[in-house]
Amino acid sequence: MDLSLFYLFGALTVAASFFVIAQRNPMHSVILLIASFIGLAGLYVLLDAPFTAVTQIIVYAGAIMVLFLFVVMLLNAPREDPPVVDPRRPLLSAGPRRIGGVLSLVFLAEIVWAFSRVPTTAMNDAPGIGDRVSSVAAIGLEIFTTHTFAFEATSVLILVAMVGAVVLARKNL
Amino acid sequence: MPTLNHFLVLSGLLFAIGTAGVFLRRNLITILLSIEIMLNAVNLTFVAVGRHLGTVDGQIITFFVMTVAAAEAAVGLAIVIQLFRLRESLNPDAFTSLKW
Repeated sequence: MDLSLFYLFGALTVAASFFVIAQRNPMHSVILLIASFIGLAGLYVLLDAPFTAVTQIIVYAGAIMVLFLFVVMLLNAPREDPPVVDPRRPLLSAGPRRIGGVLSLVFLAEIVWAFSRVPTTAMNDAPGIGDRVSSVAAIGLEIFTTHTFAFEATSVLILVAMVGAVVLARKNL
Repeated sequence: MPTLNHFLVLSGLLFAIGTAGVFLRRNLITILLSIEIMLNAVNLTFVAVGRHLGTVDGQIITFFVMTVAAAEAAVGLAIVIQLFRLRESLNPDAFTSLKW
């Protein structure tokens, strides 16, 4: 039951992420990434993390992706530009660019190899572990006691990012 | 019941897809989206390992990563808007004036 749900959500996530980078229209990429995040939220529910799942939907699929959608619509550039053909810059032509594809395949092979060396570990099934991990009260307690400094630093970071975004996006910088 | 390895392999796949996007796409917005995919792959690892160890620390780190991702998206998109105003292009190859 859980395993089939895992494969369902995992397939949704991987397929949507793959098509984010496999097609050219940025608008479709953003919509597909939202689908991928919904699959990830399902995986978080399987991992007894309902708080993270809800945050994933609200913050990622809701706020960040809407920001991306706004920018895609604002810039109105539905097509990817054709590659630059400049004889003075041979490294930008199509041939060397394939090295990027080879590099990402090498990276994929390396990750698969690394994970195949990890011994198979069943999820910890100690009684009560699911309740302990999924408790929102426990998360809040940890954030506001042990990780208070990180939390406050994050609020400063958000403030800096907000001011930075406003300043950077002004008409005449 | 899926094992820990299931989740690790899945997040490895997602991370590889994200890096492939950064390497292969010629669109600044798609590159930012690929970075989001990579951040989410790492989040999945954190939550899975946190669940395995029976602590909420993985979810807390995920929470902070999400905030940083939001800040990164806001500033990154502002820079993308400014670059688009400058060159009328989203192609990263159009912005090579700092390149030797």
